[in-house]
Amino acid sequence: MNYRFDWSVLWSGQTGALLLQGIETTLELSLIGWLIAVVLGVVSGALRTLPIPPLRWLAAGYVEFFRNVPLLVWMFVWYFAVPPLLPQAFQDFLLDHGVEFWAGVFALGVYHGARFAEVIRSGISAIPRTQFEAAASTGLTIAQTYRLVILPVALRLIVPPATNETLALLKNSSIALTIGVAELTFQVRQIETYTAKAFEALVAGTIIYLILCLAISALSAQIERRVAIPGMITKRTMGEA
Amino acid sequence: MDFRVVFQNFSFLMLQGFVGFGGFAGGTLRLALPAIALGFVLGTAIGLARLARARWLSLAAGVYVEFFRGVPLVMVIFWFWFIIPALLGTSLPEYMVALTAFVVFEAAYLAEIVRSGIQAVPRGQVEAATATGLKRAQMMRHVVLPQALRHMIPALVTQFIVLLKDTSLASIIGYVDLTKAAQIVNNREIRPFELYLFIAVIYWLCSYGMSRYARYWEHRLTPSHS
Repeated sequence: MNYRFDWSVLWSGQTGALLLQGIETTLELSLIGWLIAVVLGVVSGALRTLPIPPLRWLAAGYVEFFRNVPLLVWMFVWYFAVPPLLPQAFQDFLLDHGVEFWAGVFALGVYHGARFAEVIRSGISAIPRTQFEAAASTGLTIAQTYRLVILPVALRLIVPPATNETLALLKNSSIALTIGVAELTFQVRQIETYTAKAFEALVAGTIIYLILCLAISALSAQIERRVAIPGMITKRTMGEA
Repeated sequence: MDFRVVFQNFSFLMLQGFVGFGGFAGGTLRLALPAIALGFVLGTAIGLARLARARWLSLAAGVYVEFFRGVPLVMVIFWFWFIIPALLGTSLPEYMVALTAFVVFEAAYLAEIVRSGIQAVPRGQVEAATATGLKRAQMMRHVVLPQALRHMIPALVTQFIVLLKDTSLASIIGYVDLTKAAQIVNNREIRPFELYLFIAVIYWLCSYGMSRYARYWEHRLTPSHS
């Protein structure tokens, strides 16, 4: 093995800028995707626990359909298959505004929304039935019960599994490179192509992902401590890749 | 919408892409099945190491698990794609690269499943085994692991579902799995909606079917039934 290490490729010339751009795109992609996922997850997770069968089925259909197909396939669907079905004017607009980025955001958001829904659902089912009964007996409607009583408690219970999902989303944002989104892993490959220094580029990318994951874990540990409800803990579920 | 493209290429998509017969040396199942088996062997070793009494061993296993759980799979695949040729001096076929990457990566997740399965075995079983004079290794092999395995089955099936979906990522280094097969057909026919919807349905049938099976096992293993 006669490989010459040259760590300066990481900051000399354009490569430093490429890495920074990659981090920025990864964070934007993950953040917008995360917001979509949380909204979809809270709504469909809550719907799955309602005593109204059609809404339950609708939410179950969404969750089971989206989370059982690989994210890579969803990337291709949102990028290659969906835009041609849209009106021509909207297609042109998308082409001018980074269609691959938005396809990546939607793929991440909708896929992880289905997975978040399961987390929310487990949080809601950890709340004692008596809470629902107490809310009903004080005259709250179902919508009010969820908004004022159930969801505020459920969201405080699910911080650990939600953190696992958030980390999975961040790591899965790397799959967007397959549709040409210039996120971190994409830029690592670019640097490898320009400089032929695969090892240095991969080490840099790996360390950046580890730092981002550690930062999110540390942040959520803070949040967990602050919002914990004494006597009610949901156990940390196994994170999925 | 014209689904004839799916029927015309059905045997290529399913036999070569999904199962792995034929000249492309690809296949989703041909990658996923050995990967879960070998990953489980490595994962068991790492899970046991994490529970070992030797500090350095449990620490090393912990670092392994936390490292691979903090890095995207795509990154790990690229690692092996670039590093194996640099180490061996020759390039390996995509199949071997993808298999190595999946075994190493999934072992980190499987190790956690094995560990929590072992920790779910009641303490009294360990004490009883010690009292009958079994050595630690004998106790693991004859008493703890067989019981732990029962508890692990739902999580193992779930992890296999994750792995099956993850194998689609082998297509980024050119391995011809179901996803890559659909891409190949699409490059020729330009029918993305029909083709990607079709493979979505195939993945869905496998994943959903197995998740029902995992739920059935979980149901059987809950205390009120056993």
